[in-house]
Amino acid sequence: MSLNFPTEIPLQAYLVLAAVLFCTGVWGLINSRNAVRVLMSIELMLNGVNINLMAFSSYLDGQLIRGQVFAIFVITVAAAEAAVGLAILLSLYRNRETVDMERFNLLRW
Amino acid sequence: MTIASIAQLISFAALSITLVLGALGVVLLPNIVYSAFLLGGVFLSVAGLYLLLNASFVAAAQVLVYVGAVNVLILFAIMLVNKKETLAAIPGLALRRVLSGAVCAGLFALLLRVALTTHWALPGPTPLGDDATIRIGEHLFSDYLLPFELASVLLLMAMIGAIVLARRDVLSSDVITGQPADQGLIEKERIPLLLDKAALESPLLEKTP
Repeated sequence: MSLNFPTEIPLQAYLVLAAVLFCTGVWGLINSRNAVRVLMSIELMLNGVNINLMAFSSYLDGQLIRGQVFAIFVITVAAAEAAVGLAILLSLYRNRETVDMERFNLLRW
Repeated sequence: MTIASIAQLISFAALSITLVLGALGVVLLPNIVYSAFLLGGVFLSVAGLYLLLNASFVAAAQVLVYVGAVNVLILFAIMLVNKKETLAAIPGLALRRVLSGAVCAGLFALLLRVALTTHWALPGPTPLGDDATIRIGEHLFSDYLLPFELASVLLLMAMIGAIVLARRDVLSSDVITGQPADQGLIEKERIPLLLDKAALESPLLEKTP
């Protein structure tokens, strides 16, 4: 065979993919002007972490899949976070009539 | 190289390309509705990666919770707050983007170095495969029982908190008598509390009719 591909996907491929997803989320979290997009960036970061947990669970802890249990808890907390975050956003929008993050500066010196 | 491993490689490549492009689209696209739909695509491809990692239960949970609940919730929020507004220009925005991009690139380099230079204890024990769901159930009802129950309390608190935060306080009619409520209260409720006067008078924030 001329090409020398690995017969199985290495663990590092998943880790690099999760790192890409996490860093994209961090960049979006810092740079978004729209508050909804900030929440979406947080979801991206949580998914990056979950990919890490699942990869370690499958490659290093195949019998006692503790990473999968942790990923389920992370999904639960992410759902609760999304609900409360969007409710805060709605309440904020009702009182300030904007979703621009730069204008939510009521407590800034 | 068997046909199974070729299929695995091809699906991993397709899923990761979808994932990376979708994530970039979520962050960079100007239209937030497109971002929300691309976020659904990202969640689906993450679920596909879970399937590649022998975790069918978590993949199903990912599709149900993320695509079914979180993404729909985000779409609803976009519909509720979707007012066209011109964002005020900020001085030094380009510099800020470049700086934060550099910080994120540094973080990525750090993560990359950790992932590629650590000697992982490979190969680990053989993965469970289809029995993973049974093992998750055993975990949730034995050694992870307390976090499992606490998660239910957390979800209840989040539900109540979301309702309390998002509802309007004044009803249009009195609950007990059925008479129309005091109109002054309703009007007062509709006035935004925290609008700053100076920002209202600036031309950037004029409301669209």
